[in-house]
Amino acid sequence: MSEPEALKPFPDSEEMEISFGPQHPATHGVLRVIVKLDGERIVDAKPVIGYLHRGTEKIFERETYNGTIPHTDRMDYTAAATNNQGLVGAVEKLMGVTIPPRAAYIRMMLAELQRIASHTIWLGTHALDIGAQSPFFYTFEEREKILDLFEEYCGARLTLNAMRVGGQPYDLPEGWTGRCRTFVDQLPARVAEWERLLTANRIWKLRTVGVGVISAADAIEWGLTGPPLRGSGVKWDVRKVFPYDRYDEVAFEIPTGAGGDTYDRYLVRMEEMRQSVRIVQQCLAKLPDGPVMAKVPKVIKPPKGDVYFSVEGPKGELGYYVVSDGGTNPYRLHVRPACFINLQALPEMVRGQLVADLIAVIGTLDIVLGEIDR
Amino acid sequence: MPAPLMTYLVIPLVKIVVILAVVILLAAYMSYFERKVLAYMQIRIGPNRVGPRGWLQPIADALKLLVKEDIIPSRAEKLVYFLGPVLVVVPALLVFSVIPFGPAFKVAGQVVTPYLTDVNIGILFILAVSSIGVYGVILGGWASNNKYSMMGGLRSAAQLVSYEVPMGLSVVTVLLMANSLSLVKIVEAQQRSGVWYVFPGFIAFFIYFVCGVAETNRNPFDLPEAESELVAGFHTEYSGMKFAFYFLAEYANMVVISSIATVMFLGGWLPPFPNALAALWASPALAWIPPIAWFVLKMAVFLFVYIWFRGTFPRYRFDQLMALGWKVFIPVSLVNLMAVALGVLLIGGPR
Repeated sequence: MSEPEALKPFPDSEEMEISFGPQHPATHGVLRVIVKLDGERIVDAKPVIGYLHRGTEKIFERETYNGTIPHTDRMDYTAAATNNQGLVGAVEKLMGVTIPPRAAYIRMMLAELQRIASHTIWLGTHALDIGAQSPFFYTFEEREKILDLFEEYCGARLTLNAMRVGGQPYDLPEGWTGRCRTFVDQLPARVAEWERLLTANRIWKLRTVGVGVISAADAIEWGLTGPPLRGSGVKWDVRKVFPYDRYDEVAFEIPTGAGGDTYDRYLVRMEEMRQSVRIVQQCLAKLPDGPVMAKVPKVIKPPKGDVYFSVEGPKGELGYYVVSDGGTNPYRLHVRPACFINLQALPEMVRGQLVADLIAVIGTLDIVLGEIDR
Repeated sequence: MPAPLMTYLVIPLVKIVVILAVVILLAAYMSYFERKVLAYMQIRIGPNRVGPRGWLQPIADALKLLVKEDIIPSRAEKLVYFLGPVLVVVPALLVFSVIPFGPAFKVAGQVVTPYLTDVNIGILFILAVSSIGVYGVILGGWASNNKYSMMGGLRSAAQLVSYEVPMGLSVVTVLLMANSLSLVKIVEAQQRSGVWYVFPGFIAFFIYFVCGVAETNRNPFDLPEAESELVAGFHTEYSGMKFAFYFLAEYANMVVISSIATVMFLGGWLPPFPNALAALWASPALAWIPPIAWFVLKMAVFLFVYIWFRGTFPRYRFDQLMALGWKVFIPVSLVNLMAVALGVLLIGGPR
């Protein structure tokens, strides 16, 4: 690629190496990026991870199947419900258990509320990184309401531990559906409010349009999933392609972008929040009666074998690969983390751009280090 | 006491002390005002613990910074590191010596001027002195021996230098209309012509204020201290009193920009709309309002707009900021200058 004359470095200029993080206000936790700079232009960026490594996959092996669920909460700690959903789904698939419809609907509602909660964190921090302070507070107000709903259901706000192999541990508390409906009915108005602050904002567009572009082909090559893939125009959503729970019974759209830049990913996530609201509304309307737990043995002992099962997490495809030797503990439990694989594309997306764009791209990838390092 | 001693030493000294005290307090309370307003914009409450409704918060902050350990990075350039905050805070405070807060009035037969001095090159003096501040920023950033600070310093040097040009050009349009460099004369000219210069010089006013926001490193032009990119930019390594100086200078500069905008475009201490609504405002019911109150009120509007910006806008990227300055503001202010000059030449301006 030939550079315009003006962008070429001076003959006697030197590249500067800066270590972004692990303690840096915009790296969302403990990500460290070693950036080579020519002036303000990024020559190369290298993510360094592992500051939050806890050996989660090894811990899985010494826990019972239901005992692993709290550990999944702590991977992507902004989306505990979808983490639970993937794990219990994998074990159920291995055991050949079908969960009662009511349990499936409760799971879907929790997962979609969790998706909204995760996207509110993403929007708040992403906007904060780009310099807009206020959306952070507006989005966190809505997130608090979701966490209240979670607390009412399972007692926890962040690390939910809200699903079990074979169904749901609890039925919905009285009045929960009403409060949930009130919340989802008012949310689209709030999303529109956040969009009024940003979508048409000149500075916001200057900062996001054409920044961190990744083509559809490249996105597939890098294995991107979730909004970063859909932002590039690929209509891929695990909920549609391999429907789990009862996602085939609800209607929703998969929003996609066209250019694969930060602005497209922003629009995709904003639309996803509206679609999640639609799903929750349909779940509330269709919510069947009945038990919430299938007949499963007290001690979960899946048959010998292995299984891969994935769900569409807020950040992308979250997959679990479970190998069972027929015992009470998983022989091996591997996680396909969405953030880890999405983060790999970071150097590709920021090369040749400015320092300020690095911050925007880290924000748009929506990474959570808990899931990357595990 | 001999009269010269009184005129040239005692009275100015008293004024200096009063102005300094007021300005420093104003800058400190500006931070309180900002935190409160921003909090209400962001569905929060803001400081409310120290004193009733948090009124003593700025005092507590200042005291905290005073007694904090002053850390100098071991590989910093000590002398320059020390000079940085001094070079920033001195010009910021020095500028207040020529800002007229009100008209001269009589107390017990003595003429009192509520400003330190009225030099006949007032505006030039302000532009000259306030541009020294950039040395403090760039030297402080360089001397900290920190890559983030250096980048912050370099950014701000480029930013301040490029935004000073359109700012100067928009100031010139006012000079053309007022026919004077003295700030007092500019206000008096607005009184004579019966129109604030914000009306004939709207473009100049807009450019002046936007450049002023950029000059004070405030959102959406707060790149030198962009928290999410450069941690805190040029003052990352500063702590204690030295940090407090940078902080004080930033807020004092906001007050400066607002005061100059008030003087040049909004008629300084004059009551609102001396032309259209003169009858209403000239009524004796409002005559008791001292001119200085009008001045402070107009200034407060600007300061509020500063905070409003911060609550609303994302931040520009460095190259976009430069493009905006050089490709938009400078041509527009040049054309505007020509237009105003032509207007003054043909119809004699708003005199």
